Amino acid sequence: MEKKHIAYISISLVGLLFIIRLFYIQIIAEKYQPSPLNNSAVAIKFDYPARGFIYDRNGVLLVANQPSYDVMIIPRDVTPLDTLEFCGLLKITKEQFIKRFEKAKNYSPRIPSVFLAQLSKSNYAYLQEKMHKFKGFYIQKRILREYPLKTAANVLGYIGEVSPAFMEKNPYYKQGELRGITGIENEYEEVLRGVRGVKFMQRNRFNKEIGPYQGGSKDTLATTGKDLTTTLDIELQLYGQKLMSNKRGGIIAIEPATGELLTVLSTPTYDPNELVGRERSKNYAKLKNDIDGKPMFDRGLQAQYPPGSPFKIVNALIGLQEGVVTEDTRFTCYHGYRYGSSPRAFMGCHCVSGTSNDLIRGVYASCNAYFCNVYKRVIEKYPSPVEGIEAWAKHVKSFGFGDYLHNDLYNGTPGTVPDAALYKRMYPNGGWRASTTISNAIGQGEILANPIQLANMTAAVANRGFYYTPHIVKAIDNQPIQIEKYTTPKRTTIDPKYFEPVIEGMFQTVENPGGTAYWSKVPGIEICGKTGTAENFTRVNGEKLQFQDHSVFIAFAPKEDPKIAIAVYIENGGYGSTYAGPIATLMIEKYLNGKTSRPNLEKRMIEASLQNQYDEQLLKTSLAKEKNKHISGN
Amino acid sequence: MRKRKTNILAGIDWVLVLLFLALITIGWMTIYAATIDDNSQGILDFSTFYGKQIIWIGLSFILILILIAIDSKFYERFAGIFYLISMLSLAGLFIFGNEVNGAKSWYNFGEFSLQPSEFAKTATILALASFLNGANRDLTQLKTQWNTILIMSIPAVLILLQPDAGSAVIYTTLIFVLYREGLPAFYLLIGLAIILLFLATLYFGFTTALIIIYSLISLFFFLLVNFKKIQLKREWFKIIAIYLVIGLMLFSVDYAFNHILEQHQRDRFNIVLGKTIDNRGIGYNTYQSMITIGSGGWTGKGYLEGDRTQGNFVPEQETDYIFSAIGEEWGFIGSSIVIILFVVFILRIIQLSERQKSKFSRIFGYSVATIFFFHFMVNIGMVIGILPTVGIPLPFFSYGGSSLWGFTMLLFIFIRLDADRTYEW
Repeated sequence: MEKKHIAYISISLVGLLFIIRLFYIQIIAEKYQPSPLNNSAVAIKFDYPARGFIYDRNGVLLVANQPSYDVMIIPRDVTPLDTLEFCGLLKITKEQFIKRFEKAKNYSPRIPSVFLAQLSKSNYAYLQEKMHKFKGFYIQKRILREYPLKTAANVLGYIGEVSPAFMEKNPYYKQGELRGITGIENEYEEVLRGVRGVKFMQRNRFNKEIGPYQGGSKDTLATTGKDLTTTLDIELQLYGQKLMSNKRGGIIAIEPATGELLTVLSTPTYDPNELVGRERSKNYAKLKNDIDGKPMFDRGLQAQYPPGSPFKIVNALIGLQEGVVTEDTRFTCYHGYRYGSSPRAFMGCHCVSGTSNDLIRGVYASCNAYFCNVYKRVIEKYPSPVEGIEAWAKHVKSFGFGDYLHNDLYNGTPGTVPDAALYKRMYPNGGWRASTTISNAIGQGEILANPIQLANMTAAVANRGFYYTPHIVKAIDNQPIQIEKYTTPKRTTIDPKYFEPVIEGMFQTVENPGGTAYWSKVPGIEICGKTGTAENFTRVNGEKLQFQDHSVFIAFAPKEDPKIAIAVYIENGGYGSTYAGPIATLMIEKYLNGKTSRPNLEKRMIEASLQNQYDEQLLKTSLAKEKNKHISGN
Repeated sequence: MRKRKTNILAGIDWVLVLLFLALITIGWMTIYAATIDDNSQGILDFSTFYGKQIIWIGLSFILILILIAIDSKFYERFAGIFYLISMLSLAGLFIFGNEVNGAKSWYNFGEFSLQPSEFAKTATILALASFLNGANRDLTQLKTQWNTILIMSIPAVLILLQPDAGSAVIYTTLIFVLYREGLPAFYLLIGLAIILLFLATLYFGFTTALIIIYSLISLFFFLLVNFKKIQLKREWFKIIAIYLVIGLMLFSVDYAFNHILEQHQRDRFNIVLGKTIDNRGIGYNTYQSMITIGSGGWTGKGYLEGDRTQGNFVPEQETDYIFSAIGEEWGFIGSSIVIILFVVFILRIIQLSERQKSKFSRIFGYSVATIFFFHFMVNIGMVIGILPTVGIPLPFFSYGGSSLWGFTMLLFIFIRLDADRTYEW
């Protein structure tokens, strides 16, 4: 080979090598080919779809949208501006301007982010005319929530700006975007939200948009959020809210045949509109700081109370299922029940001493002694208290106690079903047995449940042995939801045949003049209920304070083919028959008949206020705290 | 004489001239794309890079007319004087020079500045061609070799001292021209061996490289003895010497790399060898440049539509990194065409050199081709991330009057010589 040929070949080879390398960089290796999202010459425009509406079961609008205007910023497009004028227009200080600008720049110099959220309409109109003077800023219309009925804040939830931590886990979201933070807004975020559309616009060197980037091939269309139909009967919920005026507690109503939640009420409540708009953070702080009334605490779903006497229903069913009693088994009540040799080992009862109760009377008279006997027999049926309590707890848990409901509600607590493990912790030296845990017989002691669990238990009784997981959404875009866990019945461990005598007892509770809820009887409706008067204590630095009992009532109606199961729990309301019973039966009447027939009772309930009770309690608690501080101070 | 002059235009190689015009046009357009901004007042805005480049191009055309008008004989006759002036201008930099980016490479004349190293290339190869064209020059002889090396070394050392390592390395590549003109291949092989040893040491480290290379040599001797049946008994002294020399060379490379090269030079090698990945710091230029080229895709984003170029993402994109703008705006197709243009351009110079009857013209032509090729290879190799960062311009593309005139002189002196190729003067 001649030398000149060596030169020709090596030069050509270098050229070829370069072309191969270019082919690799430009065509093959994607790491060298940036996407439009981080391409500086492409303007990104987001198209936010309207968030889905939320309706009640009868099509009443609960959550709608209202327009809001955000000042957006693209930091790299910002040119020197008259900050004084700009800050004046936005009503912010120069320091705030600098802080917000830096924040936006740190997030991304190119991707638009919210500079100032939610302008008032008048502010917007004024600003819109001046906006052209401020390069890099523009106004974006955004959709905020609106709650026409000002109710059900606890279940509906609210939307708010995404946090940096949230964005990191969910890269879909961009800074300043909104998402459902709590409630249905959170649980059904993706359904309600839809998908935002993105338009990529090619810019020239003067930053002017000159047309769609790559012919619009990378653009995506926005998908509108879907509408939700909840299971709530908002008329019933509002009625309950009215009845619960100035009383703390929760009302849960369920349609037993479906598990649909008709009412999910917690009082005191607040207007959901308070958590929308620029006043949001102020109102939020106000609601959060109300540590006595705790309006943001959902008493219906989160409060874990001793269930009290309604729990006797479960114990009666367990007794029948375990075969330790029949419906005819009788126990004599000696104005109470002695469970030990100590003089203090006595649980009082309101029965006249020497009354002999069978199951039905045991239920409707709410005889403590009866259920202590049943409970003791259940536990002692087994060779050891451990096995006894485990068998008992298994039955209890089959009613949905002691665990989250695993449904589509944002809030929830598991409650407590005491089992062998719990008692082993409480009594490390052993020695516990039926009499030690006798409070379980009457729904006091270690067992804790929230009102929705009580309502669910009531639904299971109404269905004679099964329940559907209570849930809040009925349809998405008018298509009934088909979710297996809501359409599959959950069976309790109790045979259906054992329910009839217990239900008869519940029926007699309202029908029988000797029943604890006789005064709540509604003519024409066969209500099966059970009152409860739950003792409650608060510990303040070791000192046990007892407060007025909680007033509890559970019921379902009609007796045959039940349409509604309800649990009403009123903090410090006293006897179950004082407030909870009347309120529950008024709710049932309202739901089944559309109107109520007891105007006086209704008026009395609405006007009743427990505020004095709560104030007194608060005082006692703070005094105890003060005293304790004093003692420890010495 | 008269007759010859009338034939000048006919003798000019218009293919080469057209290639030159194509390169310089695309080059200017790319400078325009790389430096235009919102405040531009049109292409004749002489405060801008592209506006100034128009002046440099205009002046280079005047230079071309002068170069073509001058008699071919003149270049050989005055080569020595050119060389002398050029070397003085390089030496003068140490007294009158102006420091830019840490190197004293520029003379300042008011608004304008000149970089004498760009002209030293022309002067040096003129002197080289003239020397080798003299009587009794024989590159196989030590005396000729020494003199040749001296001619090349003076500018190389002066430039290295500025310091501008990139421009100095160019002179070593002239070894290829010497090989063409009769320098024994042995030297070339030694040169290549040094480069290979250098890279091996850098890549594997001194100890590993030593082990690998000793093993290879041992294997070579083993095969020699066993298969070629060559007796090495009497050669043991030479064999030991080979081992020692190689060991010493590896050691010097290692020593030079770690103690003589500056940290930034070490970094550049390490990045290309893949031993350091640093897309934000020292590797930033290369990474940005590759991203910019990569974003061009098949057909590019269109002229003046390269957002990364318009956004000045690549530092020095109007000088050393100008090829990245071509990659982005013209894509794979466009940048391949530019590479092909360069390859054809260089091949054409070699082809023309080969047809020279005068040894002087041939040596000069080969040197021109070598210099263009070296710039082309090192610059684009750097921009597309396969060679270390060496700051040398891409001929006719990179902004700058001195380099443009330097390259124009190289090319058009050769074109002028070529126009007279039929005469054996």
